[in-house]
Amino acid sequence: MFETKSGVMVIAGLGFFALAFLVMGLLPWLIYWDQPELTVEQIAEQGYVHDFVDLSERFPEPFKQYFGSVSRTSYAEALRRGHKVYVAEGCWHCHSQQVRPVSRESERWGPVSHAWEYQNELQRPVLFGTRRVGPDLIREGARRSNDWHLAHLYDPVSVVPTSVMPTYPWFFDEKGYPNRDGMCLVTYLQWLGSWLPEYPYYYGEGPPARDTTPPAGQSAAEAPAGGMNERRLAGTEN
Amino acid sequence: MTSIAAPIVFDAPKLPADRELIETRLVWWYFVAALAYMIVAMLAGAMISLQFLQHYPFPGIELLSPGRWRFVHTNGVAYGFLANGFLGMLHWAVPRLTLRPVLSRPLSYFIFIAWQLIVVATVVGVLTGQAQAVEWGETPVWVDPVALLGLVLVAINFLHPILQLQGPMYVTLWYFISALVWTVLVYMMGSFLPQYFVGGAASAAIIGLFIHDLVGLFVTPLGWGMVYYFVPIILKKPVWSHGLSLVGFWGLAFFYPLTGIHHFLYSPIPMFLQYGAVISTIAVELVVTTVIINFFMTIRGRGDALRTNLPIRWFYAGMVFYFTTCLQCAFHTTLTFQRIIHFTDWVVGHSHLVMFGVFGFWMLAMLTHLIPRLVGAGDWHRHSWNAWHFWLTSIGMLIMFFDLIIAGLIQGYQWRDLAPWEDSLVASAPFWLTRTIAGTMIIVGQFFFAANVYMTWARKPVAAPSEAPMPVAPAAA
Repeated sequence: MFETKSGVMVIAGLGFFALAFLVMGLLPWLIYWDQPELTVEQIAEQGYVHDFVDLSERFPEPFKQYFGSVSRTSYAEALRRGHKVYVAEGCWHCHSQQVRPVSRESERWGPVSHAWEYQNELQRPVLFGTRRVGPDLIREGARRSNDWHLAHLYDPVSVVPTSVMPTYPWFFDEKGYPNRDGMCLVTYLQWLGSWLPEYPYYYGEGPPARDTTPPAGQSAAEAPAGGMNERRLAGTEN
Repeated sequence: MTSIAAPIVFDAPKLPADRELIETRLVWWYFVAALAYMIVAMLAGAMISLQFLQHYPFPGIELLSPGRWRFVHTNGVAYGFLANGFLGMLHWAVPRLTLRPVLSRPLSYFIFIAWQLIVVATVVGVLTGQAQAVEWGETPVWVDPVALLGLVLVAINFLHPILQLQGPMYVTLWYFISALVWTVLVYMMGSFLPQYFVGGAASAAIIGLFIHDLVGLFVTPLGWGMVYYFVPIILKKPVWSHGLSLVGFWGLAFFYPLTGIHHFLYSPIPMFLQYGAVISTIAVELVVTTVIINFFMTIRGRGDALRTNLPIRWFYAGMVFYFTTCLQCAFHTTLTFQRIIHFTDWVVGHSHLVMFGVFGFWMLAMLTHLIPRLVGAGDWHRHSWNAWHFWLTSIGMLIMFFDLIIAGLIQGYQWRDLAPWEDSLVASAPFWLTRTIAGTMIIVGQFFFAANVYMTWARKPVAAPSEAPMPVAPAAA
């Protein structure tokens, strides 16, 4: 067995791989099997972050051109595209999205990450990350203003002099306004962590940052609730 | 000259001639491609490292964004440099070990062209913003099925001669068979499951398996197979212990696939699986020690080869680095170390030592050994250039490794002590500068090698390729 072709190919090649996959891959998969994976639309149904509305007020013309109006559909679209930009630009190589229960991380970033927070379409594949050149981002939402994020994306050093982050001028149009990708990415960043009851952290003074205005033609009572929503009722009325 | 061998023919078993077995030209093409991608990937790395010094040469250009070139750096090393080098190595070694040619020569050429297209498509795809969020699996989704098909063809092409073999197999073939099977399975798992079938914390478990299986089940078995093949041939000495070879192979096969989750310790993945991954990782390091002992006992009594034979020096330098990196891993995979070193440059230092300091070194060992034979030049253009190559690369690699692990410790402790985030950037700056300098040394070393390869090829004699390490009877046909 130890030196035969079939032993090497079937037992080592197929067998041990299958065993490891069962134990280390399929088992966690089954453990989280019953946790529904939210689609972006389901996330948007739970209300949008205030910063999305803020973008529409700050840049009304471009916003109208890219998204039409503030709605759950356009919010979902912005989140999905923002996530795609985040992945494509390799943001996740230098920014993790995971707060560990050690190394005083919860004091720096906020509550420790739990598995249910990652059960959604925007964590497929999951963006835990393996390196932090820049800060962790899973609790980034509403920590800083849209203005800060846009200035930082355009020229990080202008905001954080020691930053080693690259510049991203292609998120902006020729007038210097954020383009579709820029707005989507900022919306995505402001969404991160918005599902926690503790949200927002530092930047929302006064009223809750979550906008619960139902889309035109739909009353607040009709807006569905459930899933992650139950865990983050702070500021919502439905 | 050939008549001298004539009396032996009647006693020696009938062996096919080199040219019936091996497509030497294809091996050479693979090696050229491997060298080209190695230099591209290294230049990409050097370019990104300048971003860390706030002196990126092409700021604000979308197609030259450091974030996107980081994909080119890692994928170029894995699929451009190592995969091409290993494919060339398989074309050289498998027919010699089985005394049979691969399944089909046209298929071999087709795979060569297809693989280059796959790598180029990956580079173009990630640079135009189509990356997938799996480390080392960033390959755009439309390339994944093609690449998988390519890997299946590779497996068929090489398993054909191996499976026809009767009787005992040499150690190298154990590693090759399992690597060919594993690579297909690993690629399938990592490229499709997290993208289409599973999200959230469970996908982290699978991504962890993929990242580590790519090292452990694709690069490592092919690398060890290569060392088991070339080191005894160059030393003209058998491997010290067959029993230890068995322990090394079966230990690797059993424990290595279980280790993946150690990339995400203290994450929301269930803790008992994290403990399991840590224990298997430590077991792998014990297994590795048996292989290292085997090879250091093999060179016992022939230590002079380290001084006189450059390929042997490359191989054993790689093995010292291998032991270093595995010893390091046995410690830093523990939850104690993970508190501090996770997310820091410590891990970056570790991965550079593994991928380049070990497998890159072994690849360069093989290239240093084979290239004069492949191009029929008899010998290298300049031995001194190869010596520069070795020393610049080794010293650069050592500097980079120690530099990054120290930087990682500083970052980790600053984070734990809740220093402002910017402080960790300021503290890292001198280390990042040192990293750039060390990387430049390595690249200059590769230029010495590339120039030497070119000059050796350019002055090749008109005569056909010769000198095979295997005893060859006069060709029958």
